[in-house]
Amino acid sequence: MPRETTMDKSKMVVVEGSYAVAHSVKVCRPNVISAYPITPQTHIVEDLSQFMADGEIPNCEYINVESEFSALSALVGSSAVGARSYSATTSQGLELMHEVLFNVSGMRLPIVMTVANRAVSAPISIWNDQQDSIAQRDTGWIQLYAENIQEASDMTAQLFKISEDKDIMMPSMACMDGFILSHVYEPVVLLEQDITDEFLPPFNPERTLDPSNPLTFGAFADPNYYTEFRYLQEQAMQTALKKIETVADEFSDMYGRYFGGLIDEYQTEDADIIIMAMGSIVGTIKDVIDRLRENNVKVGLLKVRAFRPFPAEAIKNVIKDAKVVVVLDKNISLGMNAGALFIETKSVLYNTDIDVPVTGYMIGHGGRDIPTSTIDKIIDDAKEIMKSGIKTESQFTDLKEELV
Amino acid sequence: MNQISLLAPGHSGCAGCCDAMAAKFTLMGAGDNCIVVSPTGCLEVMTTPYPETSWDVPWIHSLFENAGAVASGIEAGLKALGKKEKTKVIAMGGDGATLDIGLQAISGAFERGHDFTYVCIDNEAYMNTGVQRSGATPYNASTTTSPAGKVSFGNPRPKKNMPAIIAAHGSPYVATTSLAYPKDMIAKVKKATEIEGPTYIHCHAPCTTGWGFDTSKTVEVAKMAVKTGLWPLYEMENGVVTKVRKIGKVKAPVEDYLKMQRRFKHLFTMEGGEEEIAKIQDIANMNIEEYGL
Repeated sequence: MPRETTMDKSKMVVVEGSYAVAHSVKVCRPNVISAYPITPQTHIVEDLSQFMADGEIPNCEYINVESEFSALSALVGSSAVGARSYSATTSQGLELMHEVLFNVSGMRLPIVMTVANRAVSAPISIWNDQQDSIAQRDTGWIQLYAENIQEASDMTAQLFKISEDKDIMMPSMACMDGFILSHVYEPVVLLEQDITDEFLPPFNPERTLDPSNPLTFGAFADPNYYTEFRYLQEQAMQTALKKIETVADEFSDMYGRYFGGLIDEYQTEDADIIIMAMGSIVGTIKDVIDRLRENNVKVGLLKVRAFRPFPAEAIKNVIKDAKVVVVLDKNISLGMNAGALFIETKSVLYNTDIDVPVTGYMIGHGGRDIPTSTIDKIIDDAKEIMKSGIKTESQFTDLKEELV
Repeated sequence: MNQISLLAPGHSGCAGCCDAMAAKFTLMGAGDNCIVVSPTGCLEVMTTPYPETSWDVPWIHSLFENAGAVASGIEAGLKALGKKEKTKVIAMGGDGATLDIGLQAISGAFERGHDFTYVCIDNEAYMNTGVQRSGATPYNASTTTSPAGKVSFGNPRPKKNMPAIIAAHGSPYVATTSLAYPKDMIAKVKKATEIEGPTYIHCHAPCTTGWGFDTSKTVEVAKMAVKTGLWPLYEMENGVVTKVRKIGKVKAPVEDYLKMQRRFKHLFTMEGGEEEIAKIQDIANMNIEEYGL
């Protein structure tokens, strides 16, 4: 049965997305926050700093580090002593963390980090796309993408619970589109402290750096051992596939809010055309679908919430009966002329008996606006594919030919 | 001396390894209620081949350039959990991880004032990767990336003054030491870990493999560096030199130190070598004057 979100209007307040996320972090009772300011993540860390200055986060230390590299490195230490650890970053900051990202997941430290998704330089751009986190897909971090402010903020508690599960112990990123979600004011229910204390147990890892039981963290592994560490990380990711679903259900039961588990669906049941997308763009797509449905266009949306671990089975189940699948990507794998979600989706369909054409659009790079007319055009293309087959597998959207 | 067992033997350090000595002395000074961070380097590799470890204290290695930040996080985490009071946080890294690639993270940790002690085990080059020069390599030392050759006397620059850099951060306690003087080192580490705030110990540590001397001579070479004035032993409290180890009226000439080591051998064979040795003597003389050795 599809779960519904019933928002308690009496509990709703209008706040900025960054504030809603910062509030959620506070409610999750972190012990160490370590972050370096970078647009458009800044409001999150400023709000957290104010909470600290006002004494609103008990038993917590905020480290004003000198770089993103140190922001995440400091959390390696704090998480290893058993402190619930949080950071937030974006774009260049996330790319600077690249080496540390692998290290954190390899040492199985369940750090949670908000990524206010932003394009990467060059050319430098402070505006939104999802190239930054997509570029980190192989680092062993769970990645969930939020559709709106409420989801971005609720996701924080869900991810601590998923990451800190003793059978998972993998770090995670709560990805929210920069500016579009981080800087927008919307009515939301701020994460409830009383429910969260029940939903999210204190962080109590089985192994910590503790002088009464000295353990070695971060030993080197020669070729006799390295492979098994990688295998166990993959096993943990597979366990997370199930956990992301059950935690979303549990969250829904306790808070009354549900935004999908690994994926979410909108009007997919009878859809000929299914659009796949991640992040805030799904709101725009839903509006277009509502309008087209009035004209009996059978179009639906598959919102991909988890990009890592990749929900292959869930996606296959939804798209198996569609006539065309359209994948939107706010990123590009240069040299492949395609975005990551498109590439992954195609790859999971191979060796199956699902034979649906998949077409990809690279869209909204560097903050380029995505009007409903662009979605309309993409759906028109999909109708054409239904009639006469696929001609272009993957393409740029709204390209200004006069500039290239 | 129970504390000796905090770094178990059986590791894969070379015979006469400086890291093993310096790490052991550090733990003797710090005691067993500590958490140690090591950046990537010989010490890390030789003591922790999975599934074995030489460390009988909690120990973590993350990356090459982030020991300062990891130590910061450990300290902050212990504080948040109410466990900091008794437990000391120690970072122990080589000169590459300290003076070069890890400098930014260390600077941040000292500027923020975390309560921890950083111990630099300075063997004056990147030994783990095969003796490449670092910011701590002394003037005219031949390394694999600053080799002596027909038109080169080796490393063209003197050592970076790391203790001064740390002192400039407002550290309450900065000290130099040498593995040739274990009592000196143990006492300084003990003092550093007992002082609140970020403290720093810089240990001169001759590397038998990288410097080219017999594996039985590690301590002798280290002693000679001190006796010539090339490695002064001093303490700084709040930026002011408060204690200096005097080396006696008759100072050993730097030749006595240089000739013990393969990395300076070219200075005794190349044309113009004498003048270069004189320049190294000038460095020692300056130290003797500056610190009143």
